[in-house]
This record gives sequence, C-alpha cells and structure tokens, in this order.
Amino acid sequence: MRPQDILLPAVAGLCCKPGGFHIDPVRPVERAVITHGHSDHARAGHGAVLATQETLDMMRLRYGENFAGSTQAIGYGEEIRLGDVTVKFHPAGHVLGSAQIAVTCKDTCIVASGDYKDAPDPTCTPFELVTCDVFITEATFGLPVFRHGDASDEVKKLLASVALFPERAHLVGAYSLGKAQRVIALLRQAGYDAPIYLHGAMEKITGYYQSRGIDLGELRPVLGMKKAALAGTITLAPPSATSDLWTRRFPDPVTAFASGWMRVRARARQRGIELPLVISDHADWDGLTATIAATGAGEIWVTHGQEDALVHWCKSRGLRAQPLDLVGYGDEEESETPFQDEAEA
Amino acid sequence: MNRFAELLDRLAYEPGRNNKLRLITGYFREVGDPDRGYALAALTGALSFKHAKPALIRDLIASRTDEVLFGLSYDYVGDLSETVALMWPRRVPGHGESFPGHPSNHNNPPPPTLTEVVTTLRTLGKTELPKQLERWLDELDETGRWALLKLVTGALRIGISARLAKTAAAALGDKDPHEVELIWPGLAPPYLDLFAWLEGRGEKPVNRDPAPFRPVMLAHAIEDSDFAALDPADYIAEWKWDGIRVQAVAGRDERGHITARLYSRTGEDITGSFPDLVPSLRLPGAIDGELLILREGRVQSFNVLQQRLNRKVVSPKLIKAFPIHLRAYDLLGDDENDLRELPFAERRERLEAFIAKLDDPRIDLSPTVPFASWEALTAARADPASAGAGEDADAVEGVMLKRRDAPYLPGRPKGQWWKWKRDPHIIDAVLMYAQRGHGKRSSYYSDYTFGVWTEGDAGDELVPVGKAYFGFTDEELLQIDRFVRRNTTEKFGPVRHVVHEGDKGLVLEVAFEGLQRSPRHKSGVAMRFPRISRLRWDKPPREADRLETLEKMLKAEAAQAEV
Repeated sequence: MRPQDILLPAVAGLCCKPGGFHIDPVRPVERAVITHGHSDHARAGHGAVLATQETLDMMRLRYGENFAGSTQAIGYGEEIRLGDVTVKFHPAGHVLGSAQIAVTCKDTCIVASGDYKDAPDPTCTPFELVTCDVFITEATFGLPVFRHGDASDEVKKLLASVALFPERAHLVGAYSLGKAQRVIALLRQAGYDAPIYLHGAMEKITGYYQSRGIDLGELRPVLGMKKAALAGTITLAPPSATSDLWTRRFPDPVTAFASGWMRVRARARQRGIELPLVISDHADWDGLTATIAATGAGEIWVTHGQEDALVHWCKSRGLRAQPLDLVGYGDEEESETPFQDEAEA
Repeated sequence: MNRFAELLDRLAYEPGRNNKLRLITGYFREVGDPDRGYALAALTGALSFKHAKPALIRDLIASRTDEVLFGLSYDYVGDLSETVALMWPRRVPGHGESFPGHPSNHNNPPPPTLTEVVTTLRTLGKTELPKQLERWLDELDETGRWALLKLVTGALRIGISARLAKTAAAALGDKDPHEVELIWPGLAPPYLDLFAWLEGRGEKPVNRDPAPFRPVMLAHAIEDSDFAALDPADYIAEWKWDGIRVQAVAGRDERGHITARLYSRTGEDITGSFPDLVPSLRLPGAIDGELLILREGRVQSFNVLQQRLNRKVVSPKLIKAFPIHLRAYDLLGDDENDLRELPFAERRERLEAFIAKLDDPRIDLSPTVPFASWEALTAARADPASAGAGEDADAVEGVMLKRRDAPYLPGRPKGQWWKWKRDPHIIDAVLMYAQRGHGKRSSYYSDYTFGVWTEGDAGDELVPVGKAYFGFTDEELLQIDRFVRRNTTEKFGPVRHVVHEGDKGLVLEVAFEGLQRSPRHKSGVAMRFPRISRLRWDKPPREADRLETLEKMLKAEAAQAEV
C-alpha cells in the first residue's frame, strides 16, 4: 500500500481515508485525532475527538465543556483500531500530554509526530523514538542555525541577571501552555525557591499542571501586587503582554523571552527583548536530523516551518523527502512574520 | 573571549545607559589584566589590526557546511558573522565532528582569551589567518564565535560610545569620567597604568602627547517645543556650516618643536588628508571648527568638499582645485592653558583673539548671528544671506545655539548646545521596489527604492531616484511591510516589485539634504541623506512629483558648485 493512500494532506488537515479521521484538523471534522493541546493543533467543533487525557483536559479548559461532540482518551502505548488502520500514541516530549501518532495500515507504518523535542523537560514525558516507514516531522527550527543548547544554562543567565539587577523586576515572556511551566520547573531545579509570579492568563493552565502532580513551588498571581514589592522578582507572562501597558506595574522591568527564536539576534531585537533565553519546546536542527535518521524511515514528510532546508538535508542523505503543504499551523507565506507564529515557539 | 562576547551580547540588548554602565563596570571588576584592557580598547575603538574580508569567512564556512543549507540560513539570519557563528560545526581534534551546545570533550584546548586573539591578530600574516580563525571557531561557543567574527571583520558595532566605556572604567575607581578623558590620549591598550590608578595601586597616568585630541562636545537637535523654556539672552547663535567638524591641534614637543594634527569628530587623525592646512597650525592651541572648501573667498557646497574626502593620494592638483579652509568656532586650548572649563562666552573671546593673532588666510572666525528674540533668529535662519552669511548662505544648513555659560563638555550634554537645521528638501515619490533589511530588520521589507514621474516612450513612467531605509517609525515600518507583502507584483531574488501605477501604489514623502548629478542612476540624479519623512496614504501615485522638479533643484545646487 502506498503511504499516500493512508494519509494525505487535505483542506482540513492531514486526512486518513482508510481510518476515517483527520489528524490535528484546522476545520471542524467528523472525527479528529489530536497530537497536543496548543490551539493551532487542537481546535473546537469536531464531532469526535481522540487524544490523551491531558490534551482533552486542556481543550476543555480553553473551549469549555462542549468543545466536541464526543471524546475518547487514550494513553501512551495504547493501540486503537479505526476503520482499516490501527492508531497508537507515543510521547512527543513537546508539552504535557503531547503525542506522536503512529498510523499502521497492513504493513506500512506512518508516524505523525506533531510538534516534538528530544531535549529533557521536567514537565512532560520524554520523547519516544518510534521506528516507522514514513516519518512526518515538523520543521519549526529546520535550519542549521538553530541549535538550542542546554535550557538550564539559559535559566542560569536569567538568575545571574536577577542577581545583578536586584532593584528591577524580571518579566519572562513564555507561551502559557508548556513553556511557562517548563521555565518555572527549570528555575526550581536551579535552586530558585522564592515565589514566582504569574500573569492572570497563565493561572488556569499552570494550576492544571500542578493538579497533574508537577511540582512548581510557590506561585502567586501578580495582580494586586505593589510595584516596589516586585523588585528582584520573576514574573511569567504571555509573550504579547511583555510589550504591553501591563508592564508598567513593574519597577524598571528586564524583558526576557524564552523561545527557540531567541537564537537569532534580529528576532530578539524586533521584539525589544533585553534578555533572550534560548529555550524551545521544539526540536532544534540537530534534534530534527538525529531523530529523522534514527526512525529508520525511508521517506520523510516535512510540515510547518523551514521545510526547504530539512527536505534538502534528507535528500542529501538519500532519503525520499517532500514538504507537506499543510496550512493553518503558523503563518502562510513566510513563517518569520512575527507576532503570530512565534507564540508557541 | 567567551566572557567578553557575553558582555557584548548583553550590551547589544540592553537599552538603558545606566544598566549598560553597570554591565561594563561589572566586567572590569570581574576580569583581570590584560583582558579587560583589550576589552576597553575594543569598546572605545582603539584596537587596530588588518581586518579579514567577508569572503574569507564565506570560504571557511563553505569548507564545513552544505552550500544550500548555508544559503538558506544566511537568507534567514541576514548577517554573515551571526549565520556562521550559529551554524559552525565544531571539529574537535581527533574526535571528528561534534556539535556546539553539546558538552565537548575535556581534552579540548581551552578557548582563546581576548588578549590572545588581539595580540595574535596584530602580528599574524595574511596566509595564516584562515587556519587560526578555524581553530578559534572550534574552541569558542556561539556567542564567542559571533564576537570573534565581528571583531576580525571590523564590524563590531556595540551600540555604546567610547565615552560610556570610559565612564564605566572611571566608575571602577569612583573617578570623574572627565579625568579619564583628560589623560586618555596618552594611554594605550591594555591600559595597565589606568587600571592600576583606578584600583588605587598606582599613580595617575600623565598625558604627554603634545597635540592630543579632546573629546568633542555635541549638540541636540532642537524641537519647536523646546524654545518656550529657553531664554534668548542665555544663548549665542552661529551659522551651522555644511562641512566637516574637525579639531585642529598644535602643541610643542619636548624639544620645543610644533606638532600639528587634524582630528575628525571621533578623534581619528586625518592630518594626512589635509597637508595644505598644517602650515597654518603654527600657534599652540586647539581649535574646534568646520572644514570647508573656499574658492575666491566663497564657501563651496558639501558636494564640492566631498571630492577631497577619503582620498588615498592627495595630489598637488587636488589641493589646488579644492583649497581647504578652517572656519573656527571654539577654542579648547590656548598654548598650555586648557580652556574647556571656561564658559563659552569667555572661550569665544579667547578664540577671537587667537584667530586675530594667527592672522592666516586659511583660518577664519565663524561669525556669530546677533538676535534679540526667537522670532529674529527664525528670520535669520530662513534667510541667512541677509542675516550676515551673505554669499556663503548656500553653505549654511541652519544655526547653532550655544549657552553662554556652557563649559566644553565631552559628549552630548543636555541643554547646552542646540542645532537648528534648515528645513530639508522634500518631494513626494512613489514606492517601486522593496528589499528586506539586514540585522534587526531581516524579516521586514525596510529598504525602499522610490521613483518620480517622467515622460517615457509610452507616456508618463516612473524612474527610480533613490533608496531610503530609515526615517519611518516602527509602526510605519509595520504598515509599509504589510503593504509590500500584499502588493507585490513580482519577486526577483530578495527584491520585490511593488505595485506602482497612476492610481495604485504608495506615495512616500522623502526628505533629503541635497542633490547631485549621477551618471550611475538612470534618472541622472542622486540624493544626499534621503529618508522617509511621511507616508502619504492619502495621495494617489499620479500626483507624486516629477523628475523636472528635481532637475530644477539640481540646477540651483550646481550653479553654486561650479563656480
């Protein structure tokens, strides 16, 4: 059986005809299988949704109780038969509950990895390598300039700045699902035990992480704090808030941003970031290429991000590779247009 | 080198002056000699070695990486040094390829210190450079590689002034930065004596240079709203000449011989380019003034002066055709006496006496512009010819206002000196092509080619007359970027053709300082200092200016240049 008879890009997203479902559909469909809870992958309005318990919970938090007609939870390592195919979930290491979805039909196995990273993350199950015939990879950081290094070194940089400027507040922009909790957990790992402050938009999802048994230490809402009391503190906020009027409640804030994009100076400057922290929930170039090689797949499909470079790399290694033109994840024409696609990086 | 790179990296992102100072002083405190001295030299632009060409860097990366991947990466990052620094695949001796960011083998050679880099570069032969760079790139981390490449290509733009770096050094010993400025010309990297003094371990260094540069005082641009708070009686006005700011210094060496030097406003010694002025600098003293070309007593336009700039060889013919002149407006030193602490009004009197005593045709006094009210000064600025500038009026680009009681302070102190430029030339042009910017603008279409209407074979057509990449606000940049992306008609590599028809397109109000004939441009004209002054969303492209308008302006400028 040809792989494209199993999975094919369609308007609504990656469509599995023999199984009768879409993966991460961007439009309402009858049956959706969802990799993780970020809003561009997990949308409301589908008939039936299959996802991990955490992903379903996050969708509920975001869209309310009636986000789908019906839901079914599936655990890592569990297998389910849908139509003529079997579907199995494996951890993707991207955020809490994120999964790669292995779709097998007869003797062909395709892994749709969603967003993934192979770097350690104290807030989610580590990435699991799944051997397959066709590997569908993201390419958010699909250029060799993106090498993310050790996230704990970046957190040390943040703590060094807090020590150098004790009279200033440190504002860390971080996507509210996943990145924020990871940064907090890394700060705790580095021995920072003071209360960490949260922007209102982060409270709900961070509370959910804590309810799943992830220890984040003492967290406080920043709302209602006196300006002077915020000197020397660390506050986590959605990236858009760090350039907002909202920041005026802080004493001479140092604006940090935790993102893989911070590897490139121009990106940090465009956003007026003073302390770029290269912390990414996506695989970097070395992670992407190492993972692709290790899956043993002979054919690679590349989605959202810098497809060209990764496709070129695959071909130079003798792998069949093609970009999958899926729309709706990030930006249409140039993924570098700021303020839209970066939110999750 | 990694620690210095870390400092540069942090400085590049930190906007606040005081925070920058804290970062630099912190570095000086933490890092020992001689590394911190070379850092101070790098921050003040005092390092000199032969720079590597970008082509060398390209060759190095080509030998290690895939050409296509490099091309895509460079296009994305927009900066050669940064691209190479980020994607450089480290090769550790005996271990094949390893990757940056991953812990490297403990047998690796330690990364070079800043001292090692600077002293090696000074003596290294051209043929040895590639191998040496390769070794260093293997040893340094991403930020270290970035700083190294910026340093060797001479593109280290840190975004801090030399003054700030010296202030940070002064803070190390709680000294007044002014004290450091005064002894600075006698110091050399790695400044061991300076740091010894600052840390209380040694005597204050003495400046023995007979003709030292004194850091210049700069003016703020005045806004209409500033005048309300200013009293005309507190200020002296002068013409602002459209020439080059210089400092002409003469002093006696140990044997009593006169040494004369001409410095640019940044302290670069430019004496060699103007040997014809040296004989006139025979009285010990330091003049702050404007370098101009005078023909038959008349000041020529900047276009004329430009012919004498950046020449490698100064031929007698050039000297004769472009006679150099110094128009003096301040006196910083008179013989042995440092006048910088005196109020400007007193310095001005000393200057007048000095110029009279010198009595040299090549050096004259920049006249003051008498005024009793801001209205009177406004009138003088609008019509310099009848306000005393006479035939030189075309070389006046505005007026300068200097507080009578202002001492000569290095840098750009607030409220002391103001510049009030004449209104620039303005035309309405049509956006034709856009290109992505570099550096911090690498994701924006921020370089614009604009054109004006002219009679073509098939009726009116637009002809490009210039390029501009600043003048707009961040918000306007976003608007133009959006317009470019939505109205692209064709793409040629990095260049986008943007719709430009009679009723479709974007009109840009372009301000510029002057015009020149240019055979290199299809339109035959080139603008000086063009920038976008306004976006005319309201104006249909067909109402933009015509080439004839520019040609009229050009005639006015040329008439003055060709005398």
